[in-house]
Amino acid sequence: MRLASYILSRLLQMIPVLIGITIFAFLFIQLLPGDPIQTMLGGKASPEAIEAAHQKFGLDQPLPIQYLLFLRNALQGDLGTSITQRTLVSGLIAERFVPSIFLLIYAMIIAMLLALPLSLIAARRSDRLVDHTIRISGMITISMPAFWLGLLLILLFGLTLDLFPISGWGDDFLGHIHSLFLPAVVIGLATAPVLIQSLRSSLLDTMQMDFIEAARAKGLNPNRIMIRHVLRNALIPMVTVLAVNVGWLIGGSVVVENVFSIPGIGRLLVQAVLTRDYPTIQALTLVFGILVLIVNLITDLTYAVVDPRVTYQ
Amino acid sequence: MQSSTHPSPLLSIQNFTTEFRSSGGKIVANKNVSLSIDHRRILGIVGESGSGKSVLCRSILRLIPSPPAYVTEGEITFNGRNLLALSESEMQAIRGVEIGMIFQDPMTSLNPVWRIGDQITETLRVHKGMGRREAREVGIDLLRQVGIPSPDTRFDEYPHRLSGGMRQRVVIAMAMACKPKLLLADEPTTALDVTIQDQILALMLQLQEEVGMSIILVSHDMGVVAETSDTIAVMYAGQVVETAPTEAIFNRPKHPYTLGLLQSIPRIEFKVDRLVPMKGQPPNLLKLPKGCPFAERCAFASPDCIETPVALREVEPGHFSACLYPERLA
Repeated sequence: MRLASYILSRLLQMIPVLIGITIFAFLFIQLLPGDPIQTMLGGKASPEAIEAAHQKFGLDQPLPIQYLLFLRNALQGDLGTSITQRTLVSGLIAERFVPSIFLLIYAMIIAMLLALPLSLIAARRSDRLVDHTIRISGMITISMPAFWLGLLLILLFGLTLDLFPISGWGDDFLGHIHSLFLPAVVIGLATAPVLIQSLRSSLLDTMQMDFIEAARAKGLNPNRIMIRHVLRNALIPMVTVLAVNVGWLIGGSVVVENVFSIPGIGRLLVQAVLTRDYPTIQALTLVFGILVLIVNLITDLTYAVVDPRVTYQ
Repeated sequence: MQSSTHPSPLLSIQNFTTEFRSSGGKIVANKNVSLSIDHRRILGIVGESGSGKSVLCRSILRLIPSPPAYVTEGEITFNGRNLLALSESEMQAIRGVEIGMIFQDPMTSLNPVWRIGDQITETLRVHKGMGRREAREVGIDLLRQVGIPSPDTRFDEYPHRLSGGMRQRVVIAMAMACKPKLLLADEPTTALDVTIQDQILALMLQLQEEVGMSIILVSHDMGVVAETSDTIAVMYAGQVVETAPTEAIFNRPKHPYTLGLLQSIPRIEFKVDRLVPMKGQPPNLLKLPKGCPFAERCAFASPDCIETPVALREVEPGHFSACLYPERLA
């Protein structure tokens, strides 16, 4: 199975990057001014207690040893204990993870649902009024800061019209769909214009190809040519655009999660930063890094599946 | 131009004029073109780049978008129907079914993300309503017919796995799927190696015989059309300047441009000290002269050639030339 060995080799290639991310996450704590133990125990701790805590967390060891300890713990799923919440960081992240991923996928679906038809229309009617209207609308929505657009939507649909909840993420699947609609729209509106622009130009490029003229010479109707021949080719470069955006959104949804009080990892990050909860920040750095890596892996695998010219080596 | 055994030609182009309008002015790509091709015949159209032969070829299938192209005059009659008067959906029923087309560059005329079998059988499935399994059988047969080895496994390959020559065979199979009455071949061998060129031409001749179709073969290569065509039309600056049976064109050219083309072909059988290149450049299509478009470069021209509008006229039975003084060539 060539695909399986391709996946394996891609996984192996991720190892050095992963090590890089762990070193970065580890050093980040070291670079901060002040002593995290001091912060953890508060100002009134005795020197003996601080010393004991240092020993307990291995902070009296040389840096490389500390790093290896950190790595060992991380591999065992132990990302430390939150200073403010007094619980395991891994548990905190686990429960906050699902809403974030839910929101991310939801937002990407909304973005694609907007981008696909609009870019097809824009490409079919390029340089006409519809095309320009789509482009200008995109420029407007992309220029609106997420927190501002979020607040506007909360005001209109949440408070005035009372159609959607203004915070939280609901109790069941339908509840999630309902509660996360506004935040997903905010992210979707910020992402869709980028997708529309690149898909539109990709479609226009593909429409110039010889094989599209060949398809017309076969007597196919324009819709079939557009969907089966043009779109299928034009979507291939979109995989990269989508992946870059998802990578960016993993960090970018932090603001939206806070505006809508969604119990996700973005909100956890902001809380951790505000309370100087170093172990949580460290663990989240690691998680964000790994997420981006996973997105990249999925991108490469998608390429191997959608583009027959990609060989798995 | 009736040299046929059939009562009416398969395709006849009458007085066809196309112009491209742009901000820079209008370019007359085809001017008063009249041509016809009979059943089971091969018509070769030769001319240099920009002579309008590709535009003419695509105009038959109405593949050129308007704007920028506008047909200002003429008729294209195929099997008794004026193609220029048909609706877009009526045209779709003709494209790929009654008229097939093959293109110059086999590296780019196949869709890279479709299996070649699916591309070949697409017309069968769309136009003939064939099911997947039946279409597959016909498709494998087609691949065998165009000389693709192990067609049943090649059917599922993607284009990038095939060489240029093999791809052109696939393109031919694709155009032949619905057994069209007319095949338009726009420089089908130009992008191929010389040895492969011969194979592809031989394949086209063989298929033409088997299926009993007609071919319009567009080429800039006199050698290619000489080997294959029954009739040859020579185009220059968007106009047909001479048309006649192949033998007559080569032995008794009646237009100085044709003569110039023939003199610039290297030949093995005659010992020639040097080839005679044609002087000058083709005219600017934005500003065509009133008279003969070739007059400026013509060694036989007299002053009235520049002023007098020219049209094809029969100088010998079945031999048409747009030259005012064809006798000067003798």
